[in-house]
Amino acid sequence: MSDKLTLPKPQGPVDGAAETLLSVEGLTKHFPIYGGFPIKRKVGAVQAVDGVDLSVGVGESVGLVGESGCGKSTTGRLITRLLEPTAGKITYAGQDISHASRRQLAPVRSEIQMIFQDPYSSLNPRQTVGTIIKSPMEVNGINPKGGIEKRVRELLELVGLNPEHYNRFPHEFSGGQRQRIGVARALSLNPKLIVADEPVSALDVSIQAQVVNLLQKVQEEMGIAFLFIAHDLAIVRHFSQRLAVMYLGKVVEVGDRDSIYNRPRHPYTHALLSAVPEVTLDDETEDRERIRLSGDVPSPIHPPSGCRFRTRCWKAQDKCATTEPPLVQISGNSANHLTACHFPEDPTTEARAEDIVLDPALAALEKEGE
Amino acid sequence: MTTLTKTEGEKAPGGPEAFLSVRDLRVRFSTEDGIVKAVDGLSFDVERGKTLGIVGESGSGKSVTNLTVLGLHNPKTATVEGEIVLDGKELVTATEKEMEKLRGNKVAMIFQDPLTALSPYYTVGRQIAEPFMKHTGASKKEAKLRAIEMLDKVGIPQPAMRFEDYPHQFSGGMRQRAMIAMSLICNPDLLIADEPTTALDVTVQAQILDLLKDLQQEFGSAIIFITHDLGVISKMADDLLVMYSGRAVERGSVREVLRAPQHPYTWGLLSSMPRLGGDTAQALTPIPGTPPSLLNPPSGCPFHPRCGFTAEVGGNRCSGERPELPAGRGAACHLDDEQKSTFFIEQIKPRLG
Repeated sequence: MSDKLTLPKPQGPVDGAAETLLSVEGLTKHFPIYGGFPIKRKVGAVQAVDGVDLSVGVGESVGLVGESGCGKSTTGRLITRLLEPTAGKITYAGQDISHASRRQLAPVRSEIQMIFQDPYSSLNPRQTVGTIIKSPMEVNGINPKGGIEKRVRELLELVGLNPEHYNRFPHEFSGGQRQRIGVARALSLNPKLIVADEPVSALDVSIQAQVVNLLQKVQEEMGIAFLFIAHDLAIVRHFSQRLAVMYLGKVVEVGDRDSIYNRPRHPYTHALLSAVPEVTLDDETEDRERIRLSGDVPSPIHPPSGCRFRTRCWKAQDKCATTEPPLVQISGNSANHLTACHFPEDPTTEARAEDIVLDPALAALEKEGE
Repeated sequence: MTTLTKTEGEKAPGGPEAFLSVRDLRVRFSTEDGIVKAVDGLSFDVERGKTLGIVGESGSGKSVTNLTVLGLHNPKTATVEGEIVLDGKELVTATEKEMEKLRGNKVAMIFQDPLTALSPYYTVGRQIAEPFMKHTGASKKEAKLRAIEMLDKVGIPQPAMRFEDYPHQFSGGMRQRAMIAMSLICNPDLLIADEPTTALDVTVQAQILDLLKDLQQEFGSAIIFITHDLGVISKMADDLLVMYSGRAVERGSVREVLRAPQHPYTWGLLSSMPRLGGDTAQALTPIPGTPPSLLNPPSGCPFHPRCGFTAEVGGNRCSGERPELPAGRGAACHLDDEQKSTFFIEQIKPRLG
């Protein structure tokens, strides 16, 4: 088992033709809300994830982006089966695991691992680093060649930590180093899929790059598929070959990296991309478009009818309120690029003639300034 | 009150007199493990109506500096040396009573996490109105009207109704707007924003940044904008100060620092950031190692253990001698000016895509 560590898997680049490792169809998770007195009844549901279709190929890295509260973390937790889906189907390596029991899941669990956002709360402060990394192996009864301790030292070295630090406690490490421990723990079972939930957003800028490079090395050298959940679009672009954009529990646009970043069609993707502040190095750099959405994501307890983005969309018409747009390939897009919108945008990210400002306070201030 | 209406004659055109000037500021905390030199010889100026950006990693002393300006450090554990002059008034030696008069009135602060900065026990409206009542002696009714006006200004819908809400009824972006309303209610001359958008989504961040910029134009306040995101800084600030290990390592206008950075640490920051237009095939170039401990800062240049250019300086100048930050545009580095510009253009710029 342990020699798998340095074996680069022979999978070539993913062209959409790669074998599917994980596929998700119509995945739904509603968290019930109880209320009433004296008998508590279900009075509603938080529709955290509502009909998500997604697939991850073998060795492929898929990014999942969206604002907070859009259900991206819940999707990650459903895929690792930390949560039981309300409806829909999760297929992992040809096996339906959407409602599998604990016992049925046991062999699958070791192949799907997770890296958490906060390296401070995801490591047990009372265990040494060695214990933290070896416990997944002990739980699964794996005894690698040369013993568990040797394997732990190998893993520590792989993630760029000193193997001598085997007996140290998490508080002796900095944030970036702790995240490396989390990565080592996820790798200890030779997983085929890692769900990384905002793995770098709690780290400093200079450290972020270190961890992103480590994850990229792991992904390329060991052929591990990644579901990379993040809100930083620049980092996702750097890390993922494919990308899905979520809004309020639904996937609104999915496609290859270049297709999404260079030719986004959904207004929400446009707005997200235009909101990223970027350092401009040259005067010649053309201004990117500027779209300012108003307000926040609506409540997932009572999501808007029809298209969920219509309450913040500048293109919304009557049709958007009545019919929900399907996630389909729009004319002019490549085969893998699907968009759920009735009135898609022109496929360009260059500056438009006029900024779109939907924020009432900004609109008022700008009017005063004129 | 006199502070409420700014005297018109004061904003003399082209008068570059600094509104806030910090000279050789040193802040030390004594802890069980020893003395932490959180800020070590920092000097900067902020002009009226301008925005100074301060960037740096966590632990570089950017927040401590600004808490010290407001006098919010714990006087029992912290020792402050140096000079902080705000509009001709010395703040380091000011009494607590004098500071109280300034806070929320002449100087206001926006904190990073609006949920912990607002009290869950009082309504949002009351918290916004309180500094106004305290500093202007306005009645409750007047303060309420003013608070509603401010809520409206920062774009909170139905401000009169929202006045009665508690912070938990607001979303993250709205809470930050409420914080901005609170800090601007007395027309402060200086606004300190400590990572005001770090906890927010990109779309909301863009709203808040635009709002701050437009409100600054309207009120003419000076802003100190602290962040670790160079992208945000490039949109917000006029001048930029890069901090590392309690010291300023580079200073200049935003254009100068971001387009022709001179300090290896600034190079590192720029090349470790992925960019939307960058080349995805190229690996990011992180800064090796970790930020230094402030208990035992490295000798000489604090950045030398992580710097890739120490060999170019020659000898052990980097580990032995502390480089000084020149006044005005410049960087605290032993490399000479020619080296700085050639290294940046030949080695760093190609990586930035």
